[in-house]
Amino acid sequence: MASPVANTLSSLTGSTASPRATQDPAWVRWTLTGVALLFLTFFLALPLAAVFAEAFRRGVDAYFSSFADADAIASIRLTLLTALIAVPANLVFGIAAAWAIAKFDFRGKSVLITLIDLPFAVSPVISGLIYVLVFGLQGWWGAWLIEHDLKVIFAVPGIVLATTFVTFPFVARELIPLMQTQGSDEEFTAISLGANGWQTFWHVTVPNIKWGLLYGVILCNARAMGEFGAVSVVSGHIRGETNTMPLHVEILYNEYNFVGAFAVASLLAILAIVTLVLKALVEWRHAQTRGT
Amino acid sequence: MSFIRTKRSVLPGFGLSLGFTLSYLGLIVLIPLSAAFIKAAGMSWADFVSAVASPRVLASYRLSFLASLAAGLVNSFFGLIVAWVLVRYSFPGKRVVDALVDLPFALPTAVAGIALTAIYSKNGWVGQYLEPHGIKVAFTEIGVFMALTFIGLPFVVRTIQPVLSELEPEIEEAAASLGASRWQTITRVILPELMPPLITGFALSFARALGEYGSVVFISGNMPMRTEITPLLIITKLEQYDYHGATAIAVVMLVASFTLLLIINLLQKWSRRYYQV
Repeated sequence: MASPVANTLSSLTGSTASPRATQDPAWVRWTLTGVALLFLTFFLALPLAAVFAEAFRRGVDAYFSSFADADAIASIRLTLLTALIAVPANLVFGIAAAWAIAKFDFRGKSVLITLIDLPFAVSPVISGLIYVLVFGLQGWWGAWLIEHDLKVIFAVPGIVLATTFVTFPFVARELIPLMQTQGSDEEFTAISLGANGWQTFWHVTVPNIKWGLLYGVILCNARAMGEFGAVSVVSGHIRGETNTMPLHVEILYNEYNFVGAFAVASLLAILAIVTLVLKALVEWRHAQTRGT
Repeated sequence: MSFIRTKRSVLPGFGLSLGFTLSYLGLIVLIPLSAAFIKAAGMSWADFVSAVASPRVLASYRLSFLASLAAGLVNSFFGLIVAWVLVRYSFPGKRVVDALVDLPFALPTAVAGIALTAIYSKNGWVGQYLEPHGIKVAFTEIGVFMALTFIGLPFVVRTIQPVLSELEPEIEEAAASLGASRWQTITRVILPELMPPLITGFALSFARALGEYGSVVFISGNMPMRTEITPLLIITKLEQYDYHGATAIAVVMLVASFTLLLIINLLQKWSRRYYQV
């Protein structure tokens, strides 16, 4: 749709939006596309390809025998367990935060939104360190935990907590703007027709936000399974017990077991590819349902 | 800070949802974060300074800052081109390329780290052509820069893309019909519109690079005074059970990150106002 001003201007000059006005010459298009693709190939495609090339360097058998290792399997299991706790926890939080922020007016709202984003600004290493300061041997609750024979740091609870911290904002920051733009009219209607709060939430709100919800969960899950720095600080690197997949990759790599390291890494790379495909699909569905 | 509702609503669940949000935020984020500041506050000033300003730590600030700056600038330049090409041109496989831009968000940092090291080491795909010319990437400052460029790229592209696709072609037509050449249209009309998201994207990529750990530690070689980044020093201090030293450096980094976060928030406000008017 052309604006009246532009229409007037183009009628004055006698040219109706000649392609020269808004399009770059062919050589510019080719050069820029070439530069962009070359840059992306070097920085993105090459590292991704290298993971698989290194994993299969000694053949298919060596690749698959890397997964026969009990420690590798334990690391896969721990990574799945961690994501299975951290992602639902942050999902519930994200929905609660978005409901409070998008559906009600209260003072301090913008401060709350900033605080929710805070974990993104914290270095992963520091995200682990702060839990050591709280639950570690010399930490606030260290003595109490020992008394009750509980272990958080260098154990699974610490890994789950650090992962929850680094993936904290993902779902909330997808849902808050989405629910704010959608407004509350449909919920008002449902309530005035006699639905109770939970019915309204399940039958009106959830269908409206499901794509945003799924989007947030996909990103949250990718980060939860792939987190390295924060988990590295709290894990203690006990083989078969507190090693997640990224930590197991590091251990194998430092032992010069490159095929093993890249084999486990290739699983994480496949996870990344699946994440990107799902993300693109959700974006496409979301654009479709909005009719754009 | 009091969270008092300013307007009544017929919708239920205000108390429950806000109560849960605040408790969860406090338990997972605020209380643990405050532990770092409280621990550092318990140190004497002299101890704190000697922990955060020793020559080895200062060298790490320098590397972290300069490598993040260089990565942010390179990402701003190429990110702008990538965003332009993805929004304005069409070519086969564009959707795949567009999805690939998010790879650094999706690929675990440790995996990126060992992959980049494999590519740029002496026998790697790229390293084997660089080393004969005396260019070493793996285990040098250049390697740190490469890793930080990798993880920062999507921030710039994804901040520019939405603004660029909402720019109306009419303003370019208007500029052209007023006699501007294509080059003048781009430099005087389009680029000024893209400056706020470009600066925001740069700041986001810079901030992420400062704290990055996983993708860097493999390729950097971690040589004291030369290729140690600041987050690595926190880990090193922790491994020596020097909790005070680790916390002191962490507090310096947290203050830097929160300052950047504040600047980014202001930039985004400015950016939004800029292109809505």
